[in-house]
Amino acid sequence: MDITRRHLLALLPAAAVAWKYILAGTPEASPNYKLSEHWWGMLIDIPKCIGCGSCVRACAEENDVPDGYFRTWIERYHVADWRIERPEVESPNGGKQGFPPNEISGGKNFFVPKLCNHCTDSPCTQVCPVGATFVTPDGVVLVDKSYCLGCRYCVQACPYGCRFVNPKTNTAEKCSLCYHRITKGLTTACCEVCPTGARQLADLKNPKDPIHEFLKTHTVQVLKPHMATGAKVFYNGMDGSVR
Amino acid sequence: MQIPVEGFMYPNEVELQWSVLIVLYPFITGLVAGAFILASLERVFRVQAVKPTYRLALLTALSFLLVAPLPLQLHLGHPERSLEMYLTPHRSSAMAMFGFVYLWYLMAVLLLEIWLDYRPDIVLRSQTSTGLLRLLYRALTLGSSNLSERSLRIDDKLGYFITLVGIPSAFLLHGYVGFIFGSVKANPWWSSPLMPIVFIFSAMVSGIAAVMLLYMVSTRLRGREIDMRCLDKIAQYLLYTFVIDFSLEMLDLLQRIYEADESFRSLDFMVHTRLWTSQVIVQILLGTVLPIALIGLTQILKLANTSRKAIYALAGSLTVIGIFAMRWNVVIGGQLFSKSFLGYTTYKMGFATREGLLTAIVLMILPFIILWFLVKFLPPWPDADSLPAAGATPAHGTS
Amino acid sequence: MFKDIEHLIRLALVIAIAVVAFIVLRVAVVPTSFGQYGHYRGAAVGEAAARPIAFAGHQVCEGCHTDVAEKKKQGKHVVVSCEACHGALARHADDPTSVTPVKLDTATLCGRCHEANSAKPKLFPQVVTADHSGGIACDTCHQPHKPRIEDEKPAAEGKK
Repeated sequence: MDITRRHLLALLPAAAVAWKYILAGTPEASPNYKLSEHWWGMLIDIPKCIGCGSCVRACAEENDVPDGYFRTWIERYHVADWRIERPEVESPNGGKQGFPPNEISGGKNFFVPKLCNHCTDSPCTQVCPVGATFVTPDGVVLVDKSYCLGCRYCVQACPYGCRFVNPKTNTAEKCSLCYHRITKGLTTACCEVCPTGARQLADLKNPKDPIHEFLKTHTVQVLKPHMATGAKVFYNGMDGSVR
Repeated sequence: MQIPVEGFMYPNEVELQWSVLIVLYPFITGLVAGAFILASLERVFRVQAVKPTYRLALLTALSFLLVAPLPLQLHLGHPERSLEMYLTPHRSSAMAMFGFVYLWYLMAVLLLEIWLDYRPDIVLRSQTSTGLLRLLYRALTLGSSNLSERSLRIDDKLGYFITLVGIPSAFLLHGYVGFIFGSVKANPWWSSPLMPIVFIFSAMVSGIAAVMLLYMVSTRLRGREIDMRCLDKIAQYLLYTFVIDFSLEMLDLLQRIYEADESFRSLDFMVHTRLWTSQVIVQILLGTVLPIALIGLTQILKLANTSRKAIYALAGSLTVIGIFAMRWNVVIGGQLFSKSFLGYTTYKMGFATREGLLTAIVLMILPFIILWFLVKFLPPWPDADSLPAAGATPAHGTS
Repeated sequence: MFKDIEHLIRLALVIAIAVVAFIVLRVAVVPTSFGQYGHYRGAAVGEAAARPIAFAGHQVCEGCHTDVAEKKKQGKHVVVSCEACHGALARHADDPTSVTPVKLDTATLCGRCHEANSAKPKLFPQVVTADHSGGIACDTCHQPHKPRIEDEKPAAEGKK
């Protein structure tokens, strides 16, 4: 909890500057944002996640995500005993309305929020035939809505299942790490509403960012490391059963 | 539309991304590559026996190649932006590079070869026909009516060279489609270095079978006698190619079963349940083992012409169906299981929708319509009236 | 001699014209910012950054609603962002009279975090609402901005 507060207080002056531009009706990236000074990622603290679904709802509201599609979602795991290769997983409507109480007790139970990992060696970027999805100089994987053909190759190439095609725009879509927010000194919508600090935005190029200390003192993993995607979403306390 | 899900799938995985149209696409390009390889057997490898099918094979390849982009266009979210693939191709994307392989094959290989082989006919018809047809033929002559012996010899040499280049180009055309799937590390059903090779050989099998069937049907329609020496030779090549193709697919299967990696349990379950009919029954048993056995029979036993024709027709039809099933199993099968290896979804194919069954059927019929027009415009056969007018009965009934 | 390859020369000419036409098309149609940072339209970065914002962020809320901020500081919900419960309110912050935040249904809302679930961290405050309150609205007894009920002994953390 303390980390969250300190982190947010550091952002306050930058947010204040940005807010001026938002209120003025000119929400372009604030003039004091330089692409080369940032390298974005995220930290997910699994022991803190309560599966409330606030992040899924906030993301949908912030980014106009259509029903039935998810830029972020939560999975609930039940691991009975030693069979960590065969967990029981569910994600009712992506966890958007939280989770119903489960009758299963015993074993190990926990929540795992998932989103685009903003891979450094992103396979979705590699396969895009036209350059409609790309990695920005500050490490965010974005989709150019006006250039995307809707061929869906990128959706096939993502090992994490975080991409979909928006039925309204017929273009590929996914978590943008709230690029329109982070470039103005705000945090992502999901991190903003997370009540326990289980999700935290991280700027890997900022030496003052608490992620550096955290990575040194905790056991963290990325999803599917054997895919060598250079994922930048780090999971603290992630069990071996997580797929 | 509620899609039934078994087990767990990542929420965005439930709906399939690539439909039956994307199954059609490798099927069609496979027929192109296979038909072309058959044509090149005569031209480059001097297999005289298959000469009667040379021009037909080329025209078949062209008909299918012209239809090939259509399923893709109908599938795209923004087909009006498809030119971007040629204007700003992403060099790391197999799909983008394939656009150029397709263009190269269409223009530099197929069209050029057809043009060079047909040039005498085109020039002749530009002088003898009337009206719109005359204009079309004249346009194709590019304004030159030179049919001197020397020019024809140059054409022949150039044609030989193009066919020579065309063989690896045909391999590249369909091998690339295999690579588009085989290079996706996220999908263990697709990701395999064998994928381009399996695709090439199954393409050759389907193409040879298709030309064989078309030759039999068109000869019948023309009221002519089927050249059995030609047909026997084609069937032989079909058998050889099939044996290689089958061996490759079995090798892949056996390796998967033996190594049993992380994905195996999930894929194995999927084959035993959702893909049982399309993979084991249709693709393997009916579409591969049975045709191989049937044609193998004709090689071992001395059978009468009628029996052999019937067997070839049956084997050819089963082959084409089997190879379609193979494309289905690769494309649809690759999307039925979750990348978490914990669940399965269902493919809900529409009927009269943009990517539905009706569209697929129309797209499969279209190449034959185009072929019919091509055969009229550029007759593959030496006799003047190649096909009877629509509605007329064949001149001679053939047994 | 040339006569015999005349048709090939004409063909070469047709191909050359096609190539030139393609180059002209490319120069005309490809967006100018393409390739600025990499193989993509550079302007897309700015466009992504220019999206309108829906969540104001709790500092903005606290800028005006100082009384609520003070109250929250005294309780456990200090770490809960205002918009986590009240929804996205950037438009309200921009022009307070244009959007009035709706009063929330605590029966559903609170349960999302606090309904007992074996997957939630053991030390996180959670109850089985049927036993705890019989399903009445949570704000009947609890004040959401400062949820602990003052005149009672601090409830044991975890499931009831």
